[in-house]
Parts: sequence; C-alpha cells; structure tokens
Amino acid sequence: MARAQSGRVAHEPGSGPASPAAIQICEGTVRAMEPVTALAGDTVVDVTDILQQTQVMEVLDKLDRELVGLRPIKTRIREIAALLLVERMRSTVGLTARPPALHMSFTGMPGTGKTTVAMRMATILHRLGYVRKGHLVAVTRDDLVGQYIGHTAPKTREVLKRAMGGVLFIDEAYYLYRQENERDYGQEAIEILLQVMENQRDDLVVILAGYKDRMDTFFQSNPGVHSRIAHHLDFPDYTPDELLAIAQLILSDHMYRFSDDAVIAFRAYLERRMAMPHFSNARSVRNAIDRTRLRQANRLLARGGQITRDELMTLEGQDIRVSRVFRQTEPGGAATDA
Amino acid sequence: MPFHLTQGTFSYLPDLTDDEIRSQIEYCLDNDWPISVEYTDDPHPRNTYWEMWGLPMFDLRDPAGVMQEVQACRAAYPQHYIKVSAYDRTKGRQTTALSFIVQRPSRDPGFRLDRQETSDRKVRYTIHSYATDRPAGERFAE
Repeated sequence: MARAQSGRVAHEPGSGPASPAAIQICEGTVRAMEPVTALAGDTVVDVTDILQQTQVMEVLDKLDRELVGLRPIKTRIREIAALLLVERMRSTVGLTARPPALHMSFTGMPGTGKTTVAMRMATILHRLGYVRKGHLVAVTRDDLVGQYIGHTAPKTREVLKRAMGGVLFIDEAYYLYRQENERDYGQEAIEILLQVMENQRDDLVVILAGYKDRMDTFFQSNPGVHSRIAHHLDFPDYTPDELLAIAQLILSDHMYRFSDDAVIAFRAYLERRMAMPHFSNARSVRNAIDRTRLRQANRLLARGGQITRDELMTLEGQDIRVSRVFRQTEPGGAATDA
Repeated sequence: MPFHLTQGTFSYLPDLTDDEIRSQIEYCLDNDWPISVEYTDDPHPRNTYWEMWGLPMFDLRDPAGVMQEVQACRAAYPQHYIKVSAYDRTKGRQTTALSFIVQRPSRDPGFRLDRQETSDRKVRYTIHSYATDRPAGERFAE
C-alpha cells in the first residue's frame, strides 16, 4: 500500500526500530495525538498518512465538485486546511503553538453560497480536529438579542453553548448593531460574542455573514469584531455560465433535465433576470426551476393522453418562456395570459 | 472517616475530576439527554429538587457549554453541593437518567439520627442534617 512505500516515518533511516513518535503518527487517531517533546530535527512526518487519517481531501474534493465557481473561496479553504494539517504534523513532533483563530466573515450578495460553504466549513474543521463535533448552528439577530433588559445575555449565552464544539453561523450579522439606537440590546450580544470569540477559541468558530456593504459598515462601527476575525471571505457573484451549471446540478438532483431549447431559453431568462432588481444568484435559479417544474406539470396535465418517462423528466423551452421575466422586458410579447 | 454524602451515581467513588465530569456529560449529550445544573445547602435525602442553576440546557452537542455553567455555579456557591442531572425524554422513560455530584462543601458534618418516642412505646426515626441548624447561606461556611 501507499503507506508502506512512502517510508512513512524514519528516525535515522535504516537503523534500529522506529522512534516512539513514529508509532504515534502511524496509529494516532484523529484527535488523540499527544505532543511529543524533544525530538530530533530529522524526525519525519508523512503527509499521506495524515491526509488518510483525516480524510479531509475527500471533503475538499466534494466541495470542488458540488459547488460551482467560487474560486477565491475554495482557494482560501484549501489554505486553511493546509495550515491545520501542518499544525497537526507539528504537534506530532512536539512543536506546539496556540491553535490559530479561525473566526470568519462571509460577505457576498444573496444566494452566493455563504450558508452552504459554512456548513462545509464545519465538516472540514471537524475532520481536521479543530472543532470537536462539527455541527453548524445558524442564527440571526432574533436568536441572540432579547426583547427587554436582562433578556439578551442569557439568550446569547444559550446560543453560544449550543454552538460549542461546532460552528456558529450568524446570518445578516450587521443587524446586531443598530447605529440609530444606542440603547439597542444588540450591543450587549456583540460584547458577549467578542468575549467568547477571544477566550474560547478552541470551543467554537464564529462565522459572520451578510451583504458586503452593510458588513463593512458594521465592522467600521465595531472595530473589535473586525480585528478578531482572521479570515474575511468575499463571495463573488456567479457568471451566467456558472448559474447555468448550478441549474443543471439542481435539475440532476431532482431527476429532471433541460431540453436543448430549454437551455437556450434559460440562458435568455438568466440574462434578463440578472438585470432585474432582487436577483439573488443561486437562490433565484432554484426558484426559477421550481416555477418551471410547476408549468411543466400544468402543461402535461392540460395535454392529457399518454405521457412518456422522458416527457416527465424534460423541462421544455416553452415552460421557461412563459415566465414573467420575458413579459416585463417585452411588453408586446406574451401579454395575453393575464 | 469523615462523612461523605452518597446521593446519585458515582457517589461511592472518589470525587470525579473535571475531565471525568466532562466525559460523563459527553455521554449524556451523545444520548440526547438535556442537562441541568442544580445546587443546594440542604442535602437531606428527601430534598429531591435542588435549586436550579439556570434553565436546563437543550440542544447542546459539546460538554464545554455545561462545564462553563458548572464552573459558574461553583464560583457563585463555593460551599454548596452541586449536581449535574440528565433527563431522558424518550417515551416510556421520561425520567432522570443520570445524576451525579460535581461539588461538595469542604466539610460536611453529616446527619444526626433523632428518635422520637410516641405513644405505646413506639419510636419514630428521622435524620437531620447538622448543616441545616444554621441559616441558609451560612451552612457549610468555614
């Protein structure tokens, strides 16, 4: 096997039995690797072994496969994974350092995959042994901030306790801070959050998410939060090609497919939809597909008679073209049906 | 041998270390049992319901949150008994699944046995915690 070939650990290669560190690296489980002190400088750690133990590559590859686009995000996640892997290797040979702070902020337009990536992040951090359980607790302002004096602190603490051992994902984090009202209880939640982010780094990872511009304002008025976040990840908007790829992914998940004509129609749809207000990337794509399925079902039923399996699977161009989006940009077009 | 209160699981063992407490809590959470922290300075065996330290903790995944509450309770009541109890809500059980003491006062004089003579030479027995002779809050104080 690969492990045998790679000459996994050799202290003074070729002479004598493997050192205690060698045994530990071969047999250590994901979390139970005691640091060994005072090892010689030529002690060897094998990367393949660590990768196999953590199976982190599997998650990273899955991330690449299942999430379309998002190049900068994927690169950063790989970097973080690499850092944590190296940290593990360092600790097996007795080099200890305080675990790096991994609080993050995810900024980007709606539907760019912030929550999805956060969920994957929890799994990755768990595989790497950075968090103990690897679950994701997603909250918004309502879950943290109370309604009357003295209500906020217990509420925030409870959420933090639930998130311990995993990742706390605060969506639309800027709502925590209400500039116009200085007696707003959000400030209290932020203070408790900061305290835990600083003192209990090994208990949980906090990810703040929201739209870019509002998050920037939030960080400006809360420099303490900004400085405690090591990784600021900005999610780019998807290109039309990426959105189409996302659509295809969603369709194959639901065992549907586009006809050739539907692909052309969907491209045209995306072009128009992207120019309209409230476009929310992948979410809009998903909604559009849901509506298209609705129209397909309607079309098939209205036609009656015998329906083939292919017909049940295929979304046609006409199902897409009756969309409101086409009507609004071409007022003369399909204005006949209400 | 000094008095040693034996209530709940593990009470005949030496006191659990924090790491042992943490792994017991982990066991509870893995079983999906919500956990509560309770304290008292009246350790009479019939005093079943101790004071609650905050609300029971639901939906926790990691013992760190419970340990934090245990530490906070210890800081607030350094000379009280503190116990952690886990509740099993599954149908048919719906009861305390595990309950164990996580802090004891530094010195507990224990219980006195009272004999009360009643009619017809009958004797009624009762036990009485020496600590409760003192007002609440001052019991077990050095």
